[in-house]
Amino acid sequence: MSNRLRAWLLATPAILLVFIFLGLPVLATFATTFGDPKGPFSTYAAFFNSRFRMTVLWRTMEVALVTTIISVAIGFCTAWVVARMPGRIKSLLIIAAVFPLLTGVVVRSFAWLVILGKNGILNNFLMKIGAIAEPLSMLYTQGSVIVAMVYLFVPLMILTLVGVLEGIPQDMTDAAASLGATPAATFRQVVLPMAVPGLIVGAVLVFTGSFTSYATPQLLGGERQMMMGTFLYQRAMVTFDWVGASTIAAVMVVVTLTTVLIMSKVARKLNPMAG
Amino acid sequence: MKTRIHPVLIVLTVLTFLFLLGPLVVIIGSALSDTTYLTFPPQGLTLHWFANIFEISAFTRTMGTSFMLAVAGTTLSMLIGIPAAYAMARYRIELPAFLGNVFVLPILIPEIVLGFSLMKSLASGFGLPITLALLVGHALIVLPYTVRVVGASLNSFDFSIEEAAVSLGCPRIKAFFTVVLPNIRAGIIAGFILAFITSLNDVSISIFLTGPGVSTLPIQLLAHMEQFFDPTIASVSVLLMGVTVAVMAVVERTLGLTFLTK
Repeated sequence: MSNRLRAWLLATPAILLVFIFLGLPVLATFATTFGDPKGPFSTYAAFFNSRFRMTVLWRTMEVALVTTIISVAIGFCTAWVVARMPGRIKSLLIIAAVFPLLTGVVVRSFAWLVILGKNGILNNFLMKIGAIAEPLSMLYTQGSVIVAMVYLFVPLMILTLVGVLEGIPQDMTDAAASLGATPAATFRQVVLPMAVPGLIVGAVLVFTGSFTSYATPQLLGGERQMMMGTFLYQRAMVTFDWVGASTIAAVMVVVTLTTVLIMSKVARKLNPMAG
Repeated sequence: MKTRIHPVLIVLTVLTFLFLLGPLVVIIGSALSDTTYLTFPPQGLTLHWFANIFEISAFTRTMGTSFMLAVAGTTLSMLIGIPAAYAMARYRIELPAFLGNVFVLPILIPEIVLGFSLMKSLASGFGLPITLALLVGHALIVLPYTVRVVGASLNSFDFSIEEAAVSLGCPRIKAFFTVVLPNIRAGIIAGFILAFITSLNDVSISIFLTGPGVSTLPIQLLAHMEQFFDPTIASVSVLLMGVTVAVMAVVERTLGLTFLTK
């Protein structure tokens, strides 16, 4: 048996699994959106002309973007410190970041339900210290969704960036400093350019992850803060509008794939190692 | 010479870790509270809510389903993924490079879209039983983990050892099981355990494929949360955190947790 044939035979079961159970069903979903008797693009026209659907789309974009910006900022600063800690403390901090990451999304969103609820911990605390007289309604707001999403994605950002920042040799920053660069200049001209590819990878993971999330907007946003994920579920399983749900699905795929493609192009261009 | 870290950054880091671990402490505390509602800090300590989990048949049943589904789905994905990872690492010239991207498609396509599409074509299109559809769905979403983690192990394996065995007359299959497999054991265990936890925690695929009679623990938890708000959910969450701890211990012993930062 030739090596070529053997290689393909070994890879075939996995290729078939992806093709039959991912490729075909997802293509079928796309096909559904073009089958409308009013013309192939009428479902999309309906989507982009509907005020409600556009509100959901923009809200999801906004939540995902704000989540990404906050997670990148917090993740970068934390990873910077973690990467510079001595071995033992570093391992402990990495464990502390991995633990929430491996804990399920339902459990982690539930925690914020307990904290932000009307009779929740935060309201009780604020009333006890006399900061507020009436409990605030913090749940089912854009803010509560963003807080829980940031909570979801900061560990991922930290772990992605610790590896990247560790890879920047100390000699580089030392050399810059010894040549007279201020810490700020060293950061801007040496550290940041080398960290950019990692930052972009992390940011793409957070953006696509929050753009397509379901459990967190369902629990903390509810009907009032409908996002693309919850909207898709509602259309498919509550109103049984499968064409509408397929259109939402197609929009989600286009947005995420476009983001991934554009950002990986940008990352390649900005990578000082490749240039 | 170590560069000094600005004190503001240290404070920020401490705050970040408080933010990351605080909510989990809140869950543990409220699971132990001797009240019928969720509260923190706990008032009185009791293990009653842990016992209560086993009084609710919906929880015990879905716990069993989730566990078996995670084991079966991961095993299936391993049986399919290991040969693929092996082929990718061993026959780099013979296989096109884009194949690597094909195997990560299940995480590239939004999971909720995949769940919806699978439901549409499998459960309703072909009339596939729910359990089977769930199994396929879970095997599919963990495939990227199995292929990549095992692949990382295979990439650092020196295939000339395998070639030596084969040229000395060892059959290829036997060479794989006696020479290659023992050397990538750590990758297989770590890949299995990461895939297992991913499957166990999955919501977006399961939400579409569960139905009357068959549900998984996270879906049951979601449904429970919308109706009741007692500490039982918190105690189930604590049990799930226990599973996370076990998973982390296994990963640490096999590949080391620093593997996750690469």
